[in-house]
Amino acid sequence: MSASLEKGINALKEQVDSTVASFFSSCVHCGICSEACLFYTETGCPTSTPIHKAEPLRRIWKSEYTLLGRVGKMFGLTAKVDEEMLTKWETRVYDNCTLCGRCSMVCPMGIDIALLIRKTREGMAAAGHAPEDLIGATKRAVTIGSPMGVKLPALLAQIKHVEKDTGLKIPLDVEGAEYMLLLSSMEIMNFPEFIGAIAKIFTKAGVSWTISSEAFEATNSGIQIGVADIAAELVQRIVDAAEKLKVKTVISPECGHAYMAIRWEGPNLVGKPFSFKVRHILEILDEFRKDGRLKITGKETQRLTYHDPCQISRRGGVIEQPRKLIDMFSDNFVEMPDHGKMNWCCGAGGGVSSNERADEVRLKVFQRKKDQLDEIKPDAIVSACSNCRIHLEDGLEEYNMDIPLLSLTETLAEHLAE
Amino acid sequence: MTNNKDKTLLDNSGVDKTGVDKTLGEVLRSQGVSRRSFLKFCAATASMMAMSPAMIPKIAHALESARRPSVIWLSFQECTGCTESLTRAHTATIESLIFDFISLDYHHTLQAAAGHAAEEAREAAMKENDGKYLLVVDGSIPMDNPGYSTIAGISNYDMLMETAKGAAAIIAVGTCATYGGIPHADPNPTGAVSVGDLIKDKPIINVPGCPPIPVVITGVLMHFLTFGTIPELDHIGRPKVFYGQSIHDRCYRRPFYDKGLFAETFDDEGAKKGWCLYKLGCKGPTTYNACATTKWNDGTSWPIEAGHPCLGCSEPDFWDGGGFYKSLSMPTENITQTAIYTVAGAAAAGVALGAMNKNKKSSAVAAHNKTTIDDLEK
Amino acid sequence: MTEIEFLNWVRGPGFQIAVVIFIAGIIIRFAEILLLGRKTNLAEAKGSEMSGGLRTIVTRSFPDRGTFQRSTFTIVAGYIFHIGLFVTIFLFAPHILMFKDVIGFSWPSLPTPVVDAVAVVTIIALLAVLAHRMSNTVLKFLTNTEDLLVWLVTILPLITGYIAFHRIGMTAPSLLAIHILSVELLLVILPFTKLMHAFTFVLSRWYNGAISGYRGVES
Repeated sequence: MSASLEKGINALKEQVDSTVASFFSSCVHCGICSEACLFYTETGCPTSTPIHKAEPLRRIWKSEYTLLGRVGKMFGLTAKVDEEMLTKWETRVYDNCTLCGRCSMVCPMGIDIALLIRKTREGMAAAGHAPEDLIGATKRAVTIGSPMGVKLPALLAQIKHVEKDTGLKIPLDVEGAEYMLLLSSMEIMNFPEFIGAIAKIFTKAGVSWTISSEAFEATNSGIQIGVADIAAELVQRIVDAAEKLKVKTVISPECGHAYMAIRWEGPNLVGKPFSFKVRHILEILDEFRKDGRLKITGKETQRLTYHDPCQISRRGGVIEQPRKLIDMFSDNFVEMPDHGKMNWCCGAGGGVSSNERADEVRLKVFQRKKDQLDEIKPDAIVSACSNCRIHLEDGLEEYNMDIPLLSLTETLAEHLAE
Repeated sequence: MTNNKDKTLLDNSGVDKTGVDKTLGEVLRSQGVSRRSFLKFCAATASMMAMSPAMIPKIAHALESARRPSVIWLSFQECTGCTESLTRAHTATIESLIFDFISLDYHHTLQAAAGHAAEEAREAAMKENDGKYLLVVDGSIPMDNPGYSTIAGISNYDMLMETAKGAAAIIAVGTCATYGGIPHADPNPTGAVSVGDLIKDKPIINVPGCPPIPVVITGVLMHFLTFGTIPELDHIGRPKVFYGQSIHDRCYRRPFYDKGLFAETFDDEGAKKGWCLYKLGCKGPTTYNACATTKWNDGTSWPIEAGHPCLGCSEPDFWDGGGFYKSLSMPTENITQTAIYTVAGAAAAGVALGAMNKNKKSSAVAAHNKTTIDDLEK
Repeated sequence: MTEIEFLNWVRGPGFQIAVVIFIAGIIIRFAEILLLGRKTNLAEAKGSEMSGGLRTIVTRSFPDRGTFQRSTFTIVAGYIFHIGLFVTIFLFAPHILMFKDVIGFSWPSLPTPVVDAVAVVTIIALLAVLAHRMSNTVLKFLTNTEDLLVWLVTILPLITGYIAFHRIGMTAPSLLAIHILSVELLLVILPFTKLMHAFTFVLSRWYNGAISGYRGVES
């Protein structure tokens, strides 16, 4: 119970580096970023303008790290960060931003606005201005090991079911395996078929893999709430397990922010490079494809589209792989009007889905995805993020649309030649 | 002084008494100036001063019936270029007629008298025409040490103030008298000032130029004689009729400026083709004078026509504009050097401020307490 | 002070002061930004920071289709006034002479009437930009005093330059002096306002491209 404004301000001070300084120095208030953000386009609410969400960080940068700001501060002219302000910004930073980074792609000055908001969250969280639900999820992630409260017995039970269904052995804690698979709580609880699909594909591909009983959770609430210390602790668990099992590659599952957390932020959070590689499951599958390890039979005839999960494509760099994989089992693939690195977020990433307070707005902004889908009218949507998948299903139901959601991995597994 | 009429004037030793009681018409006729050439002069004056032709008979009448005014010409810190400009005509010209219209009672370059006689002539003229004489001044007045310029032991300042007292109006001729001119140029060692700087209670007509165009001086005198008033002046005391338009706006090379055709050097193709001299430092765009229309030496030519950029000599401080060959858009100081010094200084300041930033960030990092799940709420 | 004295001052000491503040300001701002440094990325790279950064410096000048359609006015008006500023500042013969005097070399100029026309278009574009800023919901919301100040200081040299060129209302030396003074004002405030983007856009675009490029994304 020790969050305070001072801590928040100190955390913001820690976040300022040359990228932050150059970004804020370049902003011309052109407003183009607002048009890239579904929380503005679908609500028309100007407080959802992306760069505006990073205002707490901007004020600290200005008053602490610029000559004019410092002089202004002496005369009380530079805007300050206070409790009242942070209270106002809490919903802007957490409820109305999924850190999808579409704004970062359109800013004519090249400002990585999503990065600024991610950094702003560090200050917000330290000041005690994180949403209650995210705090709860974070606590569960640290104490229980999963934001959704999924414990090892639950996983073991699901594994048992999967083994029964598929007749394949799910390797647990196998030392020296080539791949160590991480899972998101959602996959364990909502989509256990994913585990079966992996088992099928990996067995066919003839590679060794395992799941660690000590670190199977891929998600990282620390990243979403914006507390690097907690994020590092969660990453460290995976690092320890991977090192203990001496695996060559850790696989991030169909989850967006998990990939961001372990692949891109992970080594920086724990402060040293990993001794193993980190890959997204789609990257692994695409490698199998290239190596000819995937034998596919039968094609989907329905009109398929692919929803790019932001943290995997735009923020993660896995863009071509899913398309090449879908090509293997589909002749009827169609892209959404904005796709790949310019895809629109589903509206529930970055902790929004764990924040009940944001339920209304996340469903409202789903209109953007609906408009995208209305233009191409697909028969099914393929994606590679459980969080996107759950929210897309939610949104489609809300908007009375009947389009099934498919996991890329699972669909691929279905088409594996016997 | 080959001009006959000038000689008439100069033959008088000291004070020219012959014309004072006669009208100008009488004087002119006694000197053999025909009515025809007089009207021609009036017509030229009218056109020069942008008056309607209907004014010509009025001018002629006014001039003919006017009495020759007494004129006292004081020369202070000057080069005599202004007097040269006015008198150097070799043939009988319009401007030379001016000397027939006035009774030049004191002019220490032109008068025959010298020493005490000269000063007595001035004093006599002042006394006889008190409140009516015209005072013409060329040259600036040194205010630093009066010893920089004296006449007959009298400082320029004292002589100006004494003579100005009884004058009907003052004509400041040349840029030195009007705005300080070359003596006033930075660093102004003599503390030179203009007539207008010292005299506030008399009408002053500024006729700047280095030197001024002779017909401008003539025109101003004509106006005074014809109407008994001073012509309409601009915001720095210049007769609008001559100084109302910039050199640039009346320049025959203006079309080249508009097309972007410039002489880059004095001997390039552009210079030969008569292109705009802006890049060679022409001050035409900021200079107001009549050179482009009246030209010099009986309308023969003028500086820009001769291929040289305008120096801007009829404007105040034209000597301090950063060099005659520096374009108007160029800074007058050495900015390159300034920039280099600034880069060096600012780099040091930048490193210092950068170090402060780095320091501030380090202390923020040092002040960081590890955030645990117990630290998420207040 | 006579108008020529005023002109001489703005061409001399005034310009000198403005240039000192301008250069010192820019260097200080860059030092403030760059000396903060950033941590080395410890994650295994998927692409090159350098090529990503350099690429984005260029590509961010050209919006993607969707963005263009959504922000057409901002982008078109932005293009017009930026190109207009470039032409009026850098392709007008008297200005080139100024640059030549300071940096020692020059380049060809455009015919004066062309620059004159471009200046008018630029002024109109900037007026439209202001009208848009005051009417658009987001822009109105974002706009602060600095935005308005910067707008004013940007349009002033254009207007004073246009008036000086056409000699409207006052005598030429005063008009030219006012024009130069307005430019000096621009130089003085540039490093300390958002106008600094004229220089820092290279940094911010590079960082954006580098961050993405490192992850194998072309941003």
